[in-house]
Amino acid sequence: MDLSSINPVLLVASLMVSATPILLAALGELVVEKSGVLNLGVEGMMITGAICGFAIGVNTGSPVLGFMFAAFCGALLSLAFGILTQYLLSNQVATGLGLTLVGLGLSSLIGKPYEGIKSPTLQKMELPFLSDLPIVGPMLFSHDPMVYLSVVLVALTWAVLKFTRAGLILRAVGESHDAAHALGYKVVRIRIMAILFGGACAGLAGAYISLVRVPQWTEGMTAGAGWIALAIVVFASWKPWRILIGAYLFGGVTVLQLNLQAAGAKVPIEVLSMSPYLITIAVLVIISARGNHGAPAALGKIFHASR
Amino acid sequence: MIRLEKRAQPSQFWTFATPFLAVIMTMIVGGIMFAALGSDPFEAIRTIFWDPLFSEQFAAYSRPQLLVKAGPLILIAIGLSLGFKAGIWNIGAEGQYIMGAICGAGMGLAFYPSESFLIFPLMILTGALGGWAWAMIPAVLKVRFGTNEILVSLMLVYVAENLLASVSSGLLKNPDGMGFPGSRNLQQYPAAANLEIFQGTGMHWGVLSAFIAVIFAYVLLSRHMFGFQIRLTGEAPRAARFAGVNTTHIVFLCLGLAGALAGMAGMFEVSGPAGQITIDFNSGYGFTAIIVAFLGRLHPIGILFAGLLMALTYIGGELASLMLGIPSAAIQLFQGMLLFFLLATDVFINFRVRIGQGHVA
Repeated sequence: MDLSSINPVLLVASLMVSATPILLAALGELVVEKSGVLNLGVEGMMITGAICGFAIGVNTGSPVLGFMFAAFCGALLSLAFGILTQYLLSNQVATGLGLTLVGLGLSSLIGKPYEGIKSPTLQKMELPFLSDLPIVGPMLFSHDPMVYLSVVLVALTWAVLKFTRAGLILRAVGESHDAAHALGYKVVRIRIMAILFGGACAGLAGAYISLVRVPQWTEGMTAGAGWIALAIVVFASWKPWRILIGAYLFGGVTVLQLNLQAAGAKVPIEVLSMSPYLITIAVLVIISARGNHGAPAALGKIFHASR
Repeated sequence: MIRLEKRAQPSQFWTFATPFLAVIMTMIVGGIMFAALGSDPFEAIRTIFWDPLFSEQFAAYSRPQLLVKAGPLILIAIGLSLGFKAGIWNIGAEGQYIMGAICGAGMGLAFYPSESFLIFPLMILTGALGGWAWAMIPAVLKVRFGTNEILVSLMLVYVAENLLASVSSGLLKNPDGMGFPGSRNLQQYPAAANLEIFQGTGMHWGVLSAFIAVIFAYVLLSRHMFGFQIRLTGEAPRAARFAGVNTTHIVFLCLGLAGALAGMAGMFEVSGPAGQITIDFNSGYGFTAIIVAFLGRLHPIGILFAGLLMALTYIGGELASLMLGIPSAAIQLFQGMLLFFLLATDVFINFRVRIGQGHVA
């Protein structure tokens, strides 16, 4: 095994790329869960976003349009989840699973004609001065715009949740929907908006995989990234900044195992490929062993305003 | 204004009616989807739901397939339904199914080419044990550390898939296979083959086990203390705690049974219809079984019929892709939609729809 072939600068740079989809999806799910809704359909929305973004990207030649359409499709799919869970009061776990199954079927149906095509991808955005820094420049400041956008989105989400009235209302709805309802807040409407945000983020995350990270379409290409995003929300104890840490840690594991595979490590490839999932389980165990800190109190509970 | 009014009692009528309503709605929306794909919707629906059973041309082949496909679905869904009833969400049945197949086939292959009649029962046992052990991981982690069983069981599906890839080109690879990945074909190994019990019916040992599991689950849920405790834990967790229900036991029981049944399903599949361990041996039964469990109202008899219906969509889907060129992914979407419509119409069970302004109570 030749460890010297692993370049730390490239490692960090590719870590950020591989973490971005999980970061986006987890951030969306964080907002959804903060409003008290558990949407297990992240995987389905991601893969739908991946193929929708890819299709538009290929047909128009514009990855930006692809991303926008992916966000729209993710949000549309999450609206189905929202209507079912918020208006028709269905079980959130079952509905989320259903959403994943629908998304997987839908994406492979749409994706058949797009197999084996290369898509246009985002150009790297050079930041003046910052990109020219030695080592740090190519490591942190030589990425495509979505990487920066995802980090900015983390900061925005944190600020909105912590400092604004809207964030306070969202959190109130997630902690006690009955109290929020009694205060006159439109619980269902607020939750639908949160669900739509989560769907759009998942759509963006999927499109990032199919338009930037790979950039190709293969069936089932998200390979559980949506579920890992759900795990990262738990890992982050529902705090935006920790989502960033969790996603980047996870991206690091993924990139490292890929690099080890390429460097010909004396570990079977299957063991390396399963390591991200095993590490996710290990992290979940460590986090939950400390107790369930920070979970919104009304998470997963059905709200029905009785008179 | 439309609003929902909670019923004092869940509606008996709608409990039975919603699966049918969901199937009809899926047919309508599915028909529109097929039309959009460029095939005649009526012909497509007929090809999926009617031709496999009654067409003179295909029925002889596809009728036995109905049981072959329904067997594993029912077996897995019965196990899942116990957990779902208790609010324990094991969604990693696919992984338990793979592990059951690996363990069962591994046991059989270890004794190759012995002809003892004990091999097949032993394989069933190890298959069940493999699935059980895989399901015990989320169970132990949930009980000991409070880890979310949804995420752990699902992560383990990906781990199991990697293990499957590893053993099919490593440990269990056919030594006479000229370097191709995949194990020996168990169908050509009489002591380990899961053959049809009655020729030409598709009724193999796995289907028989599925029927036994239905009866077992029915008795467990309606006649046994554990069944009552499972239902109580799901419907009123607080009451269950006060009544002294041991939640730890329920978690172990539900996940363990589900894992063992899924493992058995995997073992019957690998030694029967599939024949050998290959890298893409698993075909998503573990996920489709979730739909089966819900469509069957988490009731054993309901699951029996839901399993048959879902098997029909599999066979009909294959037929439709063969005859009409409908992509097989459309059937996957079709099945997903079925679950969605079912969950949507389930609102009628617990709520009454009222139109107009309500009175202030």
